[in-house]
Amino acid sequence: MVSRHYFDLELESLHQDLVEMGSKVQESIDNAINALKNQDVELSRQVFKNDDIIDELEHKIERKCINLIARQQPLAKDLRSISTALKIITDMERIADHSADICELTIKMADQKYIKPLIDIPKMAEAAKKMVNNAIHAYVTQNVELAEKVCADDDIVDDYFVKVVDELRELIRENPDVVYQATNFILVAKYLERMGDHATNISEWVIYNVTGVHKDLNHDDLTKIKVNK
Amino acid sequence: MVTCNNISLDQKDIAIETRDLNIYYGSKHAIKNLSMQIKKLDITAFIGPSGCGKSTYLRALNRMNDLIPITKTTGKILFDGININDKNVDLATIRQKIGMVWQKPNPFNKSIYENIVFALKYYGIRQKQILDEIVEDSLRKVALWDEVKDRLHKSALALSGGQQQRLCIARAIATKPEILLLDEPTSALDPISSGKIEELLFELKQDYTIIIVTHNMQQAGRISSYTAFFLLGDLIEYDETNVIFTNPVVDKTNDYIMGRFG
Repeated sequence: MVSRHYFDLELESLHQDLVEMGSKVQESIDNAINALKNQDVELSRQVFKNDDIIDELEHKIERKCINLIARQQPLAKDLRSISTALKIITDMERIADHSADICELTIKMADQKYIKPLIDIPKMAEAAKKMVNNAIHAYVTQNVELAEKVCADDDIVDDYFVKVVDELRELIRENPDVVYQATNFILVAKYLERMGDHATNISEWVIYNVTGVHKDLNHDDLTKIKVNK
Repeated sequence: MVTCNNISLDQKDIAIETRDLNIYYGSKHAIKNLSMQIKKLDITAFIGPSGCGKSTYLRALNRMNDLIPITKTTGKILFDGININDKNVDLATIRQKIGMVWQKPNPFNKSIYENIVFALKYYGIRQKQILDEIVEDSLRKVALWDEVKDRLHKSALALSGGQQQRLCIARAIATKPEILLLDEPTSALDPISSGKIEELLFELKQDYTIIIVTHNMQQAGRISSYTAFFLLGDLIEYDETNVIFTNPVVDKTNDYIMGRFG
C-alpha cells in the first residue's frame, strides 16, 4: 500500500485546527455562563474577542478543506473526514455565536439586580456544555457511542428549556415589571437549547464520518406539538 | 494573450530565474519572452497541454536543449549569481548542480552501484569508501537502499520500472545538485510506483529545489507548492498551487484545470 504521508500530515493538521477550535468554543461557553452568573462585563467582552478568533479559525479550516478537496482528490474515508470538518465548523461557530449572544444580554443587565437567583439556567448551561464537550470529544476520538449519547442528552437540555420558560412566564404573569429580564433569560435559555441542537448536529456528522451513514438524531417530534388553549 | 505571474520572491529564496527567455526550434518560437522565478527548496510544477513549451523550458534550465542542434536560446537564466545561458559556462558543472530525471526510467546498462558512481567518477572521485558512502546515502534518500542493498552489483535493468526511476533520481542526487528537474517522472509508472515517487519528492524538497513537468494535473496539485500553466510557449499563469487549483485568475487556466480545455 502506498502511504500518502504528506496528505496524512495535512489531515492531521486539519484535525489539530478542529481540536483548537473546539477548545475555544468550550472556553466561550464557560466564560459566557460565568459572566452571566457573576454579571461580569469584562469577561463578557473577552467572549466577544474569543468569538472573533473562532470566526478566523472557521475560515482557516474552510480554506484548508477546500484546498484539500481541490488538490488531493480525497475519496471514501478521507472525503468523509473533510466533509465532516466543513459541516461541524459551522455548528461550532454557531455555538460560539450563542455564547456571545448570552454575553450581550449579560452586559445589558449588568447594573440590575437579577429578578431571581439563577438556578436552572446554570444547570441547563452545564448540560449544554457537557453535550458540546462530548460532541467535540466524540469527533476527536471518533467515538460513535459517545456521539449517540450526545444526541440522547439533548432531551435533558430540552426539558430544562421548557422548565425555565414556564417558570419565567409565571414570574411575568405575577409581576409584569420583570418582563425585561425575564424575556432576556428566556432568550438565554433558547441560546443554550440551540447549543444542544448544534452539539447534536456535530455528533450526527461524527457518526457519518465513522459509519458513512448520516441519520437525523434530533429527537424533537414536531407532530406532537399541540395548540395551546 | 492574458497572462498573470504572481510569484515575486526575495533574492535569497530564488533557486533559479529566467529573464526574457526565448527558445526557437529553427523558425518555431517555442518559448516566448518568459520571465519567472523558482522558489528554493520547494516543489514547482509546470502544467499545460502537449506542445505548450513546458518541457522545452525545463530543459533550458540546465542547457539540455543545446543537444538539439537547431535550438537557439536568448535571454538570461540566472543561477548562483551567473547567467548560465552564457556561451562560456562550463556545462558539466551546471548539469552537476542542476540534475535531470526523464520521463522514462533510463538507467545505464550497468550495475546499480555503477549507475550511481558513474558521474562521480567523471568528476574525479575515486576513493572507494567515499563512493560507497554516496551510493548508500543516495539510495537511502530515494528509499531504495533496503530493496537493493544485497544486489548492488547486479544489473540496474533487472529492477522494476518504479525502482529504476528511483535509481535515476538517486543517480541525479549523487552529485549533490541544488536543483532537480523532472520531466514527467511518473508517466511511465503504475499508480503505486507513482505514489512512491510523489512521496519521495515530498521528502527530497527539504534538500533540493524540485521542478517537475507533469501531464497529470492532479499530481501537480498533490505535491507542488507553486504551479505554472503554459500554453503555446507563453507562461499563462504562475501562482501558489492553492490559488491555481481553487481560484485561478486567467480563464484559460480555469478551463484547463477543470478539464474543459478545447
